[in-house]
Amino acid sequence: MRFEVSDSAIDLMAARMTVADDSSGALVVFEGWVRDHNDGRAVQRLEYEVYKPLAEKEGARILDEARTRFLVPNAVCIHREGLLEVGDIAVIVCVSSPHRAAAFDACRYIIDQTKSRLPIWKKEHYVSGTSEWVNCQHCASAAHVQGEAHRESDHDR
Amino acid sequence: MKHKVRYFALFREQTGCASECVEWSGGTTSELFSLLTGKHANLRAEAAALVAVNDEMSGWDQVLEDHDEVLFFPPVAGG
Repeated sequence: MRFEVSDSAIDLMAARMTVADDSSGALVVFEGWVRDHNDGRAVQRLEYEVYKPLAEKEGARILDEARTRFLVPNAVCIHREGLLEVGDIAVIVCVSSPHRAAAFDACRYIIDQTKSRLPIWKKEHYVSGTSEWVNCQHCASAAHVQGEAHRESDHDR
Repeated sequence: MKHKVRYFALFREQTGCASECVEWSGGTTSELFSLLTGKHANLRAEAAALVAVNDEMSGWDQVLEDHDEVLFFPPVAGG
């Protein structure tokens, strides 16, 4: 069980091998890719900023929670930081388990929690030359709401 | 009461600094953020903002102690 922040390309096969286990009959892999558009705008590249000390600590907690909740023996999550081009892998989650149901559930849990809890920010650089920090609507609804916070924001999507 | 305050991503751009030292009468993380929105004209509260104290995720009602390091996170967007 490990969570990593990587400043270089994610090695898919190496990530898969870290969860290889003779007692497992299922491997579920989620890959998050950089796509060329968002919210009607053409995206040229993404920039991930990560506060590594806390991201790795909380990321390890998420993996532990998945192991306890879904009884999956092996899981890994690797998240990129820095500049990524369209088509790059931004995040990968690999879960192996004796049976597929637990592996699917745990994989979903890990990516959802990773997106909503970890101190990771995404800046979209558009083909037009502008750029903007992304404010994930789904994440916003799941997170703690600050008392005096504005509910309407230029950055809400 | 003194704190080192750190800003990330959007908040860093809004304040124009990655960190600063703040001296004030004390209170909660939420009250500190409110104080700082008064100091930095462009710093805006966000509904999904998160806060950490001494490298542990915290809450907006956390009462701060002297020399706590406070990290203000704009809405996160991993993945």
